[in-house]
Amino acid sequence: MQAKRVTFPNKVLPYLLLAPQLAVTAVFFLWPAGEALLGALYAEDAFGLSRQFVGLENFAALARDPAYLEAVGVTFLFSGAVAGLSLALGLLLALAAEKAGRLAGLYRTLLIWPYAVAPAVAAILFWFMFDPNVGVAARALRGLGVTWNHFLDGRQALLLVVLAAAWKQVSYNLLFFYAGLRAIPRPLIEAAALDGAGPVRRFTAIVFPLLAPTTVFLVVVNVTYAFFDTFGIIHATTGGGPGRATTTLVYKVFKDGFEGLDLGSSSAQSVVLLAIVAALTVLQFRHIERKVQY
Amino acid sequence: MARRDGMVERDGALTLAAHGVLILGVAVMVLPVYLAFVASTHPGADFLGGRIGVLPGPDGPANYAALVGLGAPPPGVPPIGPMLWNSFVMALGIAVGKIAISLLSAFAVSYFRFPFRVTAFWLIFITLMLPVEVRILPTYKVVADLALLNTPGGLILPLIASATATFLFRQVFMTIPDEMTEAARMDGAGPMRFFWHILLPLSRTNIAALFVILFIYGWNQYLWPLMVTTEASHATIVTSIQRLAATANQEAPVWHLVMGTAILALLPPVAVILAMQRLFVDGLTETEK
Repeated sequence: MQAKRVTFPNKVLPYLLLAPQLAVTAVFFLWPAGEALLGALYAEDAFGLSRQFVGLENFAALARDPAYLEAVGVTFLFSGAVAGLSLALGLLLALAAEKAGRLAGLYRTLLIWPYAVAPAVAAILFWFMFDPNVGVAARALRGLGVTWNHFLDGRQALLLVVLAAAWKQVSYNLLFFYAGLRAIPRPLIEAAALDGAGPVRRFTAIVFPLLAPTTVFLVVVNVTYAFFDTFGIIHATTGGGPGRATTTLVYKVFKDGFEGLDLGSSSAQSVVLLAIVAALTVLQFRHIERKVQY
Repeated sequence: MARRDGMVERDGALTLAAHGVLILGVAVMVLPVYLAFVASTHPGADFLGGRIGVLPGPDGPANYAALVGLGAPPPGVPPIGPMLWNSFVMALGIAVGKIAISLLSAFAVSYFRFPFRVTAFWLIFITLMLPVEVRILPTYKVVADLALLNTPGGLILPLIASATATFLFRQVFMTIPDEMTEAARMDGAGPMRFFWHILLPLSRTNIAALFVILFIYGWNQYLWPLMVTTEASHATIVTSIQRLAATANQEAPVWHLVMGTAILALLPPVAVILAMQRLFVDGLTETEK
């Protein structure tokens, strides 16, 4: 990490400048993370009266816990569906916007605002649409012979949170895919057209491969979003249920720690999540480095 | 000639299909919000009979007046005004706080050479890997120990460390010519003077773009305010909505007010994004890439 060639000679000032950021980092990030790491090695009773060193037992218990393994499955299914759905729709809309000519800007305006809607609010909107008693969508489904009740049916509950999460994320993917499409050199497309390649062939042979860096970046961002930013969606609608049908890893940390007061297990779960974020961050930065060389 | 079409064939059917896809996309995006708006204009009793369709009702003004505290206070629904204010304070505090401390730290690591410079940079980098979702309980304990529960400080401080913003400002500073620093030093300007009068004005577009993104990020926080605001008077609008909806589901027929609240909760950040679209789009692609 480089500094400027010309710098100021002050010896104390830079520490003062860094102090606020480092203080916040130490007090609210590093210290709690350290606590989580340490707490994962102890078993504590619910009242916090006694604490016993158990080594990696909390982790071993997680690996044996069917509820935890189920949460792993739910998280992967949920993240895969959210990322897949919002990436596909984002790409489709970006391709269409590229063809829309002068109206592209207008469409973009009409499509980007869901980014600003809070996940929890998006979730409530979808709950209302699909509410078994008053929802318009639920009523329409009933007309088609489908009984919709996400309070009772686990698969429908999962579908509901996937739809709400994806709805909010499409605009983000659209923006990045659109930027990616605009960056593809025009002569490349023109040459292919002259050679007689139709729109579909041009997409599969040229456009999609050239979008690969954008796609990889977006997959990482979308998976991170689905893992960590969708807590509000689940908490506001299904509460992890029915049963454990929508309990993701992040939701489970909250439930076991804050409601169940099982600190050892909650800390161990936090540490697992920490490893996942670290991996995702590294992936994201790898990608940025590679982009620089293009 | 069409702006970007060049030699590629202009396929009418393809263009038509593109417009069709886009219009459908816009419809899908708007539909949930439109239905919420429709619901917020009906009297509460309409929901019991399942009579709410796709057209607005007559009670919009009355419902919104009730929500913001004019007219009869609806039962079971807390006043919206204070919640909007709490959300605003939190969003503003997070945005300004992140930008301020990140500008200072980016200035420090770019314009000074000192021992542990790289260490400091890595410590800031680590915060990227510690989203609040992963350190919920211990962070809550720290905030409780500092007696910051139910305070704006407790809501804001644990969220304002920012590696992304620090990186962004460092990048901006690295593009500023060294001649400017040399000239400032020759004129006898100290580092803080240089920071205020040269660096800040040169970074103002980036600051504005980041502000838009961070304001939305702050406004939409959920998990953290849920934990830190145990008293209703400190609750933010986004976290209150879940309690309201639970009420609508189990007890009173207040869906019209829940949806009114949802509209009021999403309006400020959506307005910000639409008003500052260009800044937002450029800012997003720059911060994240």
